[in-house]
Amino acid sequence: MQQATQPTSAMVRKFEKVCMILDAYKRDASKLIPILQAIQEEYRYLPEEVLTFVATSLKLSPARVYGVATFYAHFALEPKGKYIIRLCDGTACHVKQSIPILEAIRKRLGLADGKNTTPDMLFTVETVSCLGACGLAPVVVVNDDVHGQMTPEKAVALVEEILKSEGAE
Amino acid sequence: MSQPIMDLAKIARDYTAAAEKTARRVIVCAGTGCVANGALKVVDAFVREIAAKGLPVTIELSKDEELVHGDAVLVSKSGCQGFCQMGPLVRIAPDGFLYTRVTADDVPEIIAETLVGNRAVERLLYHDPLTGETCRGTEDITFYKRQERTVLKDCGNIDPEDIREYISLGGYRAAERTWRELSPKAVCEEITLSGLRGRGGGGFPAGKKWEFARVQPGLKKYIICNGDEGDPGAFMDRSVMEGNPHSVIEGMMIAARGIGANEGYIYVRAEYPLAVKRVRKAVEEAAAMGILGDNIFGSGLSLHLHVMEGAGAFVCGEETALIASIEGKRGMPTPKPPFPAVSGLWGKPTIINNVETLACVPIVMNMGAAEFRRVGTQGSPGTKTFALTGHVVNTGLIEVPFGSTLREIVYNIGGGVTDDAGNITGEGFKSVQIGGPSGGCLTEEYLDLPLDFDSLKDAGAMVGSGGLVVMNQRTCMVSMARFFMQFIQNESCGKCVLCREGTKQMLSLLDDIIEGRADAGTLDLLEQLAGAVGKGSLCNLGKTAPNPVLSTLKSFRAEYEAHVFQKRCPAGRCKALLSPEILADKCKGCGLCLKVCPVGAITGERRQPHVINAEVCIKCGACAQACKFNAIVGM
Repeated sequence: MQQATQPTSAMVRKFEKVCMILDAYKRDASKLIPILQAIQEEYRYLPEEVLTFVATSLKLSPARVYGVATFYAHFALEPKGKYIIRLCDGTACHVKQSIPILEAIRKRLGLADGKNTTPDMLFTVETVSCLGACGLAPVVVVNDDVHGQMTPEKAVALVEEILKSEGAE
Repeated sequence: MSQPIMDLAKIARDYTAAAEKTARRVIVCAGTGCVANGALKVVDAFVREIAAKGLPVTIELSKDEELVHGDAVLVSKSGCQGFCQMGPLVRIAPDGFLYTRVTADDVPEIIAETLVGNRAVERLLYHDPLTGETCRGTEDITFYKRQERTVLKDCGNIDPEDIREYISLGGYRAAERTWRELSPKAVCEEITLSGLRGRGGGGFPAGKKWEFARVQPGLKKYIICNGDEGDPGAFMDRSVMEGNPHSVIEGMMIAARGIGANEGYIYVRAEYPLAVKRVRKAVEEAAAMGILGDNIFGSGLSLHLHVMEGAGAFVCGEETALIASIEGKRGMPTPKPPFPAVSGLWGKPTIINNVETLACVPIVMNMGAAEFRRVGTQGSPGTKTFALTGHVVNTGLIEVPFGSTLREIVYNIGGGVTDDAGNITGEGFKSVQIGGPSGGCLTEEYLDLPLDFDSLKDAGAMVGSGGLVVMNQRTCMVSMARFFMQFIQNESCGKCVLCREGTKQMLSLLDDIIEGRADAGTLDLLEQLAGAVGKGSLCNLGKTAPNPVLSTLKSFRAEYEAHVFQKRCPAGRCKALLSPEILADKCKGCGLCLKVCPVGAITGERRQPHVINAEVCIKCGACAQACKFNAIVGM
């Protein structure tokens, strides 16, 4: 109990950064979305205690902040892997057979149904509705690198390459 | 107050003088598509290799014209040049060569041959796959020849990150004239006369919309640019924001003058990081130059623009939801009226226009309403950009006058229908999906329909934002309808019960059809539900959600019925309905299928007909692909 209420030094640092972000937006509640974006940029996801902290600081209810954080697809409430593989499943990619690519990647990474992140926190696999690179369909994005005209084989090769560079397996 | 009035003409003269001093210009397409294919590496290679050859090179025209080395080669990045499939694209001016699929390794050859030797590198030019002809530049390529690029004219030519180039081509003159010489009423009238309609989907007359806001009392009004282009399969707005962001800002300035707004937002979709970056830079540059800010063009009036990045919600393309999002709330639509023109952002009169609409505005003001009306149809003047994708030879960003036909777009500009791998085969045209999740599928009989806002609506589709996805005969239309229903189901904000729950039920009915559980009642129920969802939803996301289902049911009913009654997918895509079988009279017993089958479902003696064990088969299709005698059917 004692330990739970005592903020660890890591937590203090965490809130310090959040405070800087809040101050940059003048603690203006209408800037909630850019604030959460900046926080996610920093931590790669939105930890629950940070959301509560933001709510208190902006004089909003935690429900309101949580509501916004869960409404928009870009906010993640759970930590993501080091490599985020996003498969575009927009119309153009879909008609050019994007789903077999997704299946191949998930199979290679051994992701069980309902799981999007590998247990070693190396990969997160997601689909997005459209990246606007339809001319290159089907498209796979690894972190910020776009790879066009993909096939299941090319996608698996991409994964292998990352695994190799990470020295895994 | 004593701020000097900016001299656009001088900026343009200085820039042009500096540009004319350069010997050549290498324009590398740096739109999202080409960057994905390595365009930035090509830019770096050009700068490095030209310098290594001892030639003068520059990546930016210096503000101080004396500093520009005579005969220097200017290497510049442009926005999307449209021909995404052939990227990275490199154009050489003034020669006019267009090089396709350029890699960093090709750069030394381009330098030696073209920049030094004044010759084309033949192998990098575009070769027409149909005629085999070598095309020197855009003027020879059918994909470009058949287009009429107005909004996209400078997109792909100019450096989007240098405001002076936009000004040198006449940019911000329309805004200057508007703020200096025209009354708000005159601005709205000019736009109304031009017949400019909203390019974001609805097609509402822009001038009429502005007029609603103009007559509202009060000093505080807002102008918002809707860059939340969420339709899967559409990327026109992204390309305009990336390729010519200043045209959008100028359009917003004219709109702001028309309605009397002094503050504005550009709301850009978060999936478009490059567009966010370029629009931010453009706003900063315009503000630094005094084009945006206080005392615009000496008018004593101000306009401040902010850029906001979306956070991933399709519904935010709906204007009231977008406003809620800017206010820091969940992006849920509110009932109209009150319309945003009366009570929008923070309860103030607000006009929201789409990116392409705003980019059209300076064009209208420059050429005049009457001239603008000369192109397009009576009810839909002007041109429209489309994102042409799917099973066509040439995918990319195109612009054609309203009234063009689908045949022109698919066969002439698009170059014809392909298979999944991009080869022209005999598979043939099946349908074009137009208008995204709110639109519909058009069949062969509509190929000669002149496309405009009204004709498409009558045909049960809509222009939408302009995504055109071409589909070949191997596309299952029920799966297509399911794809859009899944999308809408994910993106429904949850406010209206019929949209939230109705789309879920429609999705599970479609799953029943695809997975072979449907019966005679399923289609009726699906149609009934479609009507209810359309009627019972507040915003257009829900109102138009049933469109993909209704339009495919109308045009491809037989395909639905084959799924329901014969448990068969005519396109051979729905796995649950496949029953692969080896035709004994065609099978030569070569054993190829047996070898490729990943689960060992195929058995048979050599030179004897083989058989598939349905219990073991996972319907992957590997055997059918491997068979040289077309002996495997039902895939």
